[in-house]
Amino acid sequence: MKEKLVLVGNGMAGARVLEELLKQAPDKYDITVFGAEPFGNYNRILLSPVLSGEKTIDDIMLNDIDWYHKNNIILHAGKQVTEINRGRREVIAEDGFTESYDRLVLATGSYPIRLPVPGADLPGVIGFRDIHDVRTMLSASGDHQHAVVIGGGLLGLEAAYGLKQRGMNVTVVHLLDCLMERQLDKFAATLLKTELEGRGIHFMLETKTAAIVGKDWVEEVRFEDGRSVAAGLVVMAIGIRPNIELAKKSGVYCERGIVISDTTQTYDPRIYAVGECIQHRSRTYGLVAPLFEMSRVCANHLASIGHARYAGSETSTRLKVTGVELFSAGNFQGDNESEDIIFKDPSQGVYKKLVIKENRIKGAVLYGDTVDGAWYFDLMRNETDICDIRENLLFGQNHLGDSGHGDENRATRLSDNMEVCGCNGVCKGDIVTAIVDKGLFTLEDVRVHTKASSSCGSCTGLVEQILISVLGSDYSEAPKKKPLCKCTEFTHDEIRRTIKEQSLKTIPQVMQFMEWRTPDGCHVCRPALNYYMVCAWPGEYKDDYQSRFINERVHANIQKDGTYSVIPRIWGGVTTPAELRKIAEVAEKYDVPTVKITGGQRIDLLGITKDDLPRVWDDLTRAGFVSGHAYGKALRTVKTCVGSEWCRFGTQDSTKMGIELERMSWGAWTPHKVKMAVSGCPRNCAEATIKDFGVVAVESGWELHVGGNGGVKIRATDLLCKVKTAEEVLEYCAAFLQLYREEAHYLERTAPWIERVGLSYVKDRVVADEVGRNSLAERFKASQQTAQIDPWSERAKGTDEAEFTALKNIA
Amino acid sequence: MNHWIAVGTLDDIPRRGARVVKTAEGDIAVFRSHDDHVFAVHDRCPHKGGPLSQGIMYGHKVACPLHNWVIDLESGNAVAPDEGCTRHYLTRLESSTIYLELKNFTGQSPQQTSPEQASEVA
Repeated sequence: MKEKLVLVGNGMAGARVLEELLKQAPDKYDITVFGAEPFGNYNRILLSPVLSGEKTIDDIMLNDIDWYHKNNIILHAGKQVTEINRGRREVIAEDGFTESYDRLVLATGSYPIRLPVPGADLPGVIGFRDIHDVRTMLSASGDHQHAVVIGGGLLGLEAAYGLKQRGMNVTVVHLLDCLMERQLDKFAATLLKTELEGRGIHFMLETKTAAIVGKDWVEEVRFEDGRSVAAGLVVMAIGIRPNIELAKKSGVYCERGIVISDTTQTYDPRIYAVGECIQHRSRTYGLVAPLFEMSRVCANHLASIGHARYAGSETSTRLKVTGVELFSAGNFQGDNESEDIIFKDPSQGVYKKLVIKENRIKGAVLYGDTVDGAWYFDLMRNETDICDIRENLLFGQNHLGDSGHGDENRATRLSDNMEVCGCNGVCKGDIVTAIVDKGLFTLEDVRVHTKASSSCGSCTGLVEQILISVLGSDYSEAPKKKPLCKCTEFTHDEIRRTIKEQSLKTIPQVMQFMEWRTPDGCHVCRPALNYYMVCAWPGEYKDDYQSRFINERVHANIQKDGTYSVIPRIWGGVTTPAELRKIAEVAEKYDVPTVKITGGQRIDLLGITKDDLPRVWDDLTRAGFVSGHAYGKALRTVKTCVGSEWCRFGTQDSTKMGIELERMSWGAWTPHKVKMAVSGCPRNCAEATIKDFGVVAVESGWELHVGGNGGVKIRATDLLCKVKTAEEVLEYCAAFLQLYREEAHYLERTAPWIERVGLSYVKDRVVADEVGRNSLAERFKASQQTAQIDPWSERAKGTDEAEFTALKNIA
Repeated sequence: MNHWIAVGTLDDIPRRGARVVKTAEGDIAVFRSHDDHVFAVHDRCPHKGGPLSQGIMYGHKVACPLHNWVIDLESGNAVAPDEGCTRHYLTRLESSTIYLELKNFTGQSPQQTSPEQASEVA
């Protein structure tokens, strides 16, 4: 018999537990849900746009009643649970209905706090919490003219804006002299107040409410200073309080909230709690992102997988008022030991403040221009050392050399038919519709449903902006700890470390030891694991070709029609008439439809059928060619200029240097593709400063540049150092490549890797630490001993023959 | 007329891999999963026609090599939220020999499987 799971509270946190649980262990429980509201589950964070008329209640339903039926979940909508008998393991509803449980999840949410003033319980005085409140406000906006919102925080301002949109005359009353004091500093709060006043909302700051007056409906609000304003509706939005009554009455330990552990269990281990009703490590939460993190952990334990831990959340805030861009995170006030970096342009309504301590971002307030909010938040949560980017930090991520999407980075300014994701042809309107209709909260959700930003990723920031503008403060950023893929909880770094520490030498060993959720991984984790093995155990690990992407499995590049392209290696881009003749012969012999010179100074033969590949390679190999690895996460090309041998400006023999670098590095598998170039003088004809490793010759030696990228995200290199001799160039290059191979995440180019770890770190390891550099270079060379085997000649001789032939031909 | 055609043995296909059977109706991708189940689908992704036989296989699914659509090999359907489906063929495994059911297989082709072989399992 199945175990019985009971969920009390059908809000966003509770329903998310069910969704996650159904994904992980769909048949483990008979599930019963009690919800106080008479609906399915809806997106509470979109109540503000419903109030302002930008969305309807139907728009914001997440799971309707049908969803519960389909998943065999019994839903008691509108039935309130009033008691838990923990001894008998039963919950009892107000009408006496009883249900027993093996596991119980409490997701009872929170209450709006009511001011303890006379008249607080008059009809027409409400909170801003659920569909019922919104309906009351909507009907009041038809019957009454004046509304008073008590509380100038996030929720209060959203309510005020919505009521104003509905045509009411709105006054916001706030106890302090600064709006949203928990999210904004004084300067930003003043900008916000000015903006909202411009939209016709009145403010009474530093004002304390004394009484609410009316006969059988609210009529007036009176203040301690003797003033008063007329009111046909009063919204109290002074905060929320965890709803712990049920738990407390049943003897479950509570403080401000229901106290839970990192596994989301209460003091009664059969009872879990998630959402706004909980208290975890002394903190309570009121935003959706942390609730979802808890729900994931809770589901993980309910499913008896049991390795997830909730470690608390950093939260960031945005305001859902159309046209107001505001972002706040962390300790934005700073303290004695912190410093502020500030940008102020009041006439443009732009203000940015970052609080920095020990080279880490501790907090941020952005007003008017919040494009980089997600980026700052990421730097903050990851505690990234910002000393290398400090000068440009305030100007945003675009100023780190990314010219990908130019000025088109303000989501709110885009029209619905503007294309956001150029790779997959997704427009802003498609994304907005998907977020609302499908109830999406995270970047990952949007990627899965719309494909936007799932290919080259250059529009990721823009897609995040759209999420933010639709979801406001409840946009759920990717969790701090990003698992490699859905098959595991562990990150790239944790997996790589464990492979080494535990001497795990095959992919199945890793999956078993690290408790993979799937029997044989997926198309995301298997190629990553295969690479980590290749890198960790050179010469020893047997490459798993079924875990490689097709291009690396067949050593050619798949094209849209299923044919392949073949690019032979041409060392340093220098060739001979005899080589060219041979390539021409091959092209004619196999009727190659297109012959193309590539950007990396190589020759590409396009349109070769798979079964011809071994024969093409046989012919090329006989002429002395090896694979160009143009298909692999490996060294692609070393581009060179003619240098001092021919060029009147050349200072060094860049061609020879390039050929030596290519001879040293070819065949090495790397986390992502690696491109190099050598220029013979600072005119830089080989474009070395947009390569992963670029060398520029100067009179006194060689400049070494790293982390450049000429693709979707243009990034100029950072100068690593200057060296004198060609031997040094080779050694530094080997050390740099090995550091990248050992420490970057799979599919992370050198550019984002360096931005993640910091140039200083790379300099420390490759330049400052001579012993470390030598040993990195040694490890690279040792690994090359077994890596430099030409895959083409092997296959021309018959390796993997089955890969290139049909199983059977019955045509 | 439906025919069961012997197309090879289990050992001919690597675990988590696929081989192609060429037919008059187009290529059929025959997959062998980690747990030695055999699946066959038309070798065209419903998205942009990518050759599914060249994708990375995991569980009973394959990720298309062109744009990573994931196809459930038990049904030929794309995994949600993608929508679409590729033709699915029945397979049978008898003492390591893989048989494929081909509908409307007329057997007019000269390279057709011998009738004895087909009737053996039909």
